[in-house]
Amino acid sequence: MDFAFIAQVFPKLLAGLPLTLLLAVLSLLGGGLIALGLSGLRASSWIGARIADFYVYIFRGTPLLIQIFLIYYGLAQFPAVRHSVFWPLLREPYVCAVLALMLNDAAYTSEILRGGLRAVSSGAIEAARVAGMTRLTMLRRIVLPLAFRQALPAYGAEITSMVKATSLASVVTLMEVTGIARAEVSETYRAIEIFLCAAVIYLVLVTVIARAVDALEQHLSPYRRPAGARSVA
Amino acid sequence: MDESLTLLGFGPEGWGKALLNGGLMTLAVSACAFALGLGLGTLCAWARIAGSMPIQRLAQGYGVLMRGIPDLLVIYLFYFGGRQIASAVAKQFGYTGPVEISGFAAGCLAIGLLSGATQAEVLRGAFHAIAPGTLEAARVTGMGRWTMFRRIIAPLALRTALPGLGNQWQSVIKESALVSVTGLVETLRAVTVAANSTELPFLFFLAGGAIYLAITTVSGFVFRIAEWRSMRGQPAAAGRG
Repeated sequence: MDFAFIAQVFPKLLAGLPLTLLLAVLSLLGGGLIALGLSGLRASSWIGARIADFYVYIFRGTPLLIQIFLIYYGLAQFPAVRHSVFWPLLREPYVCAVLALMLNDAAYTSEILRGGLRAVSSGAIEAARVAGMTRLTMLRRIVLPLAFRQALPAYGAEITSMVKATSLASVVTLMEVTGIARAEVSETYRAIEIFLCAAVIYLVLVTVIARAVDALEQHLSPYRRPAGARSVA
Repeated sequence: MDESLTLLGFGPEGWGKALLNGGLMTLAVSACAFALGLGLGTLCAWARIAGSMPIQRLAQGYGVLMRGIPDLLVIYLFYFGGRQIASAVAKQFGYTGPVEISGFAAGCLAIGLLSGATQAEVLRGAFHAIAPGTLEAARVTGMGRWTMFRRIIAPLALRTALPGLGNQWQSVIKESALVSVTGLVETLRAVTVAANSTELPFLFFLAGGAIYLAITTVSGFVFRIAEWRSMRGQPAAAGRG
């Protein structure tokens, strides 16, 4: 092991961490919003539900990498796109990568949300209705919090999987952690050391996120704690 | 539209054959990786269930590692790392030229390792779903460990594990697209080449997506039929339709 080399490479890789995090946060936020929209669509009508199902089927049935390529390289095929007002945005690999990650995340998140929503008991909804809540208040104060709590473990896995998925953005030239690692390897040919360093960065990141989600889950489940601890919390 | 059909077809102008070969290569990589993952997963599940403390820790560590590193990075590590090791070995023997290693082997190994970690979890859960009485009965009738595994544990656990393994197969197919970075001509690589030489990227990436969708959809059906068949003879309440 060449520690001097590792000490030199590690900070270079860490410089890509902000972009990795930004990609993950933006695509999770956007994906979450689209997933909420899909849930609304699913609840709206029979046709809406079929459209939402179809969306999920397409995005979960194909690899993320091909979705990124379809948006980044594919859209440029059409002159109408190249001459539209969106072209300065769609030309950017950054925008395309976030867009693809977002659309992909939405499909998975909407399935998680569906599971969470199904777990909200009809009694809770009935009670809220009896208490005179409007649909929106009920959604905001009863349904979504309960569904969120139920879906949290699965959503935690989705967060870490999105963090890992951001590495695919390197394929469309983005210089996040994996992109920098790839560039360093082509300069020094020391693949093992560099890729292992990058792996450590992701590993720490994913572990920290998983721990945080666990802690949040504990925090949101006071009924699971022993009776003595409850009064303290 | 006619032009698109010609390009996607099997005629002299068409890329149909190249895409078909790509699809078959995707299936081959996925099948090898999945089989490797199933073997590794079984070993790891066994290690976690019956291993000594250090072996349990080892299997656990492997799981944490594989779930914490991006798939692409693992493939890079095996492909470029493998090349680095191969050239170092070659240098020992006095050969200094560039050394190539198989993208197929590196890809299968990487995806197999990744999938093995998840398959271990699926199989471990399935083992714990076997009623303790069943295992006890097998032991009482005097079955050896291997006979018990072959005739009791494996059939019962596989039935419970089937839906989880089906999900794993689907993700292996999607992960196999990443092997295209090694230059292996599977579906994604085939459509990229076609997209570049025809300058019709949307058409060909869409066709690539359709190939993956066809593979995942058909294998979804196959797994559903297998699940249904494996539940024959079970009381309706225990079955999943």
